[in-house]
Amino acid sequence: MRITDHPILQFEKGPKVTFTFDGQQLEGYEGEPIAAALHAAGIRTLSHSHVKKRPRGFFCAIGACSSCLMTVDGVPNVRVCVEKLRAGMRVETQQGKGVLR
Amino acid sequence: MINTQIAVIGGGPAGLRAAVAAAQLGAQVLLLDESDHLGGQLIKQTHKFFGSQQQFAGSRGIAIAKKLEAAARSQENIAILQEATVLGIYEDGVLLAEHKGRVIKVRAQRIIVAVGACERMLAFPNNDLPGVYGAGAVQTLMNVHGVRPGRRVLMVGAGNIGLIVTYQLLQAGVEVAAIVEAAPTIGGYLVHAAKVRRAGVPIYTSHTIKEAHGEEAVEGATIWQLDANRQPVAGTERHFAVDVICLAVGLSPLSDLLWQAGCQMKYVPELGGTVAVRDAHLCTSNPRIYVAGDVAGVEEASSAMVEGQLAGLSAALSLGLGGKEAQEQLAEAKAQLSALRAGPVGEKIRAGLAWVEKGVTADA
Ligand SMILES: Cc1cc2nc3c(=O)[nH]c(=O)nc-3n(C[C@H](O)[C@H](O)[C@H](O)COP(=O)(O)OP(=O)(O)OC[C@H]3O[C@@H](n4cnc5c(N)ncnc54)[C@H](O)[C@@H]3O)c2cc1C
Ligand code: FES
Repeated sequence: MRITDHPILQFEKGPKVTFTFDGQQLEGYEGEPIAAALHAAGIRTLSHSHVKKRPRGFFCAIGACSSCLMTVDGVPNVRVCVEKLRAGMRVETQQGKGVLR
Repeated sequence: MINTQIAVIGGGPAGLRAAVAAAQLGAQVLLLDESDHLGGQLIKQTHKFFGSQQQFAGSRGIAIAKKLEAAARSQENIAILQEATVLGIYEDGVLLAEHKGRVIKVRAQRIIVAVGACERMLAFPNNDLPGVYGAGAVQTLMNVHGVRPGRRVLMVGAGNIGLIVTYQLLQAGVEVAAIVEAAPTIGGYLVHAAKVRRAGVPIYTSHTIKEAHGEEAVEGATIWQLDANRQPVAGTERHFAVDVICLAVGLSPLSDLLWQAGCQMKYVPELGGTVAVRDAHLCTSNPRIYVAGDVAGVEEASSAMVEGQLAGLSAALSLGLGGKEAQEQLAEAKAQLSALRAGPVGEKIRAGLAWVEKGVTADA
């Protein structure tokens, strides 16, 4: 899903890093939003609604709608559309409202 | 606690201009933005802008953002704090912000709120499936981060944003199955419409989305026609196999901070949603708080810049800074705004403003 050539834009990326999504090892670029790295890996379901458990993806990408909350390195309710990827991050699908450990 | 004369919240075109205008009158300014880049919405916009010459018409949004940022960075009396999300504005003029995992306090004599707007949702079955994305999100993903939102897109909305993002999708190598527009005519500029039509994307006017399909994510969409009363016509359904439904049905002002601060608010559909009541100098019911840009009413970048200029000047003048020249600049900014809103395109905005500038009432 990555754009390799574009008529107008060039994308400056940080170094390539690995991280995990629900235990699965994935690659992304340091500094890009976690959601962008997941998307590039074909993962679009980020969270689930609390009552009906319906799948949710991202919507606004500016940290304003709460559709993308995940647990990152044990911290629940992280907006992955604006949280930057770092090497070794543990990204997990969140159960319900999440718990603070 | 950081002390400053003027705090500007938001580093989009409105906030950057506000900061520079106030700083040029000698004010000490602190600009806070929640992201790690300046320029707001502009940094996703690869197309050349319409608008007035003074506001860089003919330049690409990304280039305008760079110019505005350079102007702000060259002012010594502007301090810039990025990755700082303002969380609340309190009675004593103190605002709280989250900055890299820590909470910081800022005391400001004047606060200019220029936080922009957020994509609007549309009600249809399965609109919550992954793959239903706002047009701004699609732009961010592909134009800032270089990731395609999907393989094949249905665009909802043929205003300028819908048309432009369609074109940008094609540039990024994504197929666009069709554009649907509920109105009987295309809302955006015809140059943009002609461009996407030439690229072979059909535009269905008087059509809307009926529903999205899919279990785990969007797999398709059904559209149908609307009659003269905007009621759907059964039997006119068309189906598209798409993995993304992009909503370009307008933006709503991000008014949360203004609500929280206790400013008098009003729902004004012409301005995109709930906005702060304010005077002609963009001062809200709280004499310390000013607004500028999309948060004051969804318009476009050129008016956001001039509003920023106006709010920056007004806020600095209210602190006793600037002289006769500043008053002249203020009059000039007001004249520019009227010029931008003249003519049929500005009619809606003028109607909305007439409603919201009626004056700040006592029951605030
Ligand atoms: C696809 C598209 C095409 C467009 N094309 C045109 C065009 O051709 N011509 C034109 O004139 N206009 C165009 N526009 C409109 C233009 O981009 C906007 O009107 C303009 O960017 C609004 O400026 P702003 O400064 O009010 O808000 P924004 O640009 O949205 O900036 C707001 C800033 O505030 C920050 N922020 C938000 N909340 C907080 C907080 N709590 N704390 C700290 N910071 C915060 C954000 O990070 C952001 O940087 C287009 C818009 C889009 C989406
Ligand atoms: S997608 Fe809206 S908050 Fe992340």
